[in-house]
Amino acid sequence: MAPSRKPLSRVVEACPPSGIRKFFDLAQTMKGVITLGVGEPDFPTPWGVREMAIHALTRGATTYTGNSGLLELRELICADLAARNGTTYRPADECLVTSGVSEGLDLALRALVNPGDEVIVPEPSYVAYQPCVAFAGGVGVPVPMDPAEGYRLDADRIAAAVTPRTKAVLFGSPSNPTGAAQSAEDLTALVALAEREDFWLVSDEIYDRLTYTGTHTSTAAIPGAWDRTVLLNGFSKAYAMTGWRVGYVCAPEPLAALMHRIHQYTMLCAPHVSQVAAIEALRSAEPDVTEMVADYDRRRRLFVKGLDELGLTCPEPGGAFYAFPSIRASGLSSQDFAEQLLGEQKVAVVPGDVFGPSGEGHVRCSYATALPLLEEALERMGRFLAART
Amino acid sequence: MREILSVLESDARATPERIAALTGIAEDEVRAAIAAWEADGVIRRYKTVIDRDRLGEDRVTAFVDVTVAPERGRGFDDVAERIARFREIRAVHLVSGAQDLRVEVEGSSMKEVADFVAQKLSGVERVTATSTHFLLRRYKDDGQLLTDPEPDQRLSVMP
Repeated sequence: MAPSRKPLSRVVEACPPSGIRKFFDLAQTMKGVITLGVGEPDFPTPWGVREMAIHALTRGATTYTGNSGLLELRELICADLAARNGTTYRPADECLVTSGVSEGLDLALRALVNPGDEVIVPEPSYVAYQPCVAFAGGVGVPVPMDPAEGYRLDADRIAAAVTPRTKAVLFGSPSNPTGAAQSAEDLTALVALAEREDFWLVSDEIYDRLTYTGTHTSTAAIPGAWDRTVLLNGFSKAYAMTGWRVGYVCAPEPLAALMHRIHQYTMLCAPHVSQVAAIEALRSAEPDVTEMVADYDRRRRLFVKGLDELGLTCPEPGGAFYAFPSIRASGLSSQDFAEQLLGEQKVAVVPGDVFGPSGEGHVRCSYATALPLLEEALERMGRFLAART
Repeated sequence: MREILSVLESDARATPERIAALTGIAEDEVRAAIAAWEADGVIRRYKTVIDRDRLGEDRVTAFVDVTVAPERGRGFDDVAERIARFREIRAVHLVSGAQDLRVEVEGSSMKEVADFVAQKLSGVERVTATSTHFLLRRYKDDGQLLTDPEPDQRLSVMP
């Protein structure tokens, strides 16, 4: 028996494996590592939510649900979005429960993109954006944003990359990896550009609740945006529910219907028990969210100040739980910095270039780590830098 | 400003400098706010939560439901205060339900606690009945879980 000699998918083969993988393998083999490399909360899911899921299992929440997800959950999601963002979506046909934002992202791109369509991705960006564009048959067009301007979405830079083939701009706010939370003004300029040039906005707002300076602005809430915006969100970050794989996507009906079509044939439905847990999260976990956000905010202040004192400067991250400092003071590349820091001081960070070429010269540090560990990590990073000057 | 209190509530040893770093409030303002709260009695004292079981210390706690004949015009206040003044009493609360006061008594042995309830507590004027429940095990105290923390199951590097 020999494998077929016919080539495997060229599109997939052309996509490089995630740069994070190498690091992950290295860090896994070491003991005593303080990890600032994780993109998930260090809190467990609030107990009330877990308890409800256990109960739901005993009551038989082990079946498929309807393709769109439990109606009660969609109603709660739409009510939550209306209350927090001022946007209106119909639970029946404009809101779809997905297996995390990851699935929602894939659905949105596959429903939007025709072969060769261009999707502009402001950088540095989340690692899955470019590959998902490619898997959908599109062409990702990276456009670097300026660290000196806090990685704000600069509509002028994006306008310079627009062509007749531009189908959408895909971005996250607050951002993984920079922590940048976009202002209403910058989003308004982007929406005006989208209207003028006629493209869609795919807005990943998974970190919306983790906003520390000012309040979150939802893209779809900007006048003129709703009809051309896909909203991606979920429960992983705000409710510390990463492993449950439950998120949602909201969009105008014609596009939502196409996403629904892909979803019904590929995923069928999000996990039933996770949907029940998500209902409980929306119903009862608000105090837990408030407490976690307050905790992240404290760590953010302490950590960003600590980085700054080490000469690892970064624009103040307004959201998410990442700092994306410049490491130019060390004279090292991102990869070397991360590799040597892990090897010598056992602190895991993610090299910035995995978030796009413009991330070079930076590393992503997650402060979703207990305070004493964060402080210890800062000390170790201090020793690491001291040995180099 | 409430931020300062929530930091102190989880770590009574947090210095003003550290609180300033965590909250973004200027260190001077932190000092001033704490001083004002201490003066006003908003901050009563700085406390350490100790897991006595883990320390291996033999200490006996009982919750005692106390029925009181309230005093005309004064209600429960006088009796509650008289009870609260005993060194053996850790806490006194007025509660709704069949009994009136729920108090926490601490001693070094069951006999000591039992003697205190029989001889002192039930003898306090206007106390008409007591019902004693010895504490067997603490699982959570003062909002602090005393069971082992859940292990961090996250992988060390994730996008």
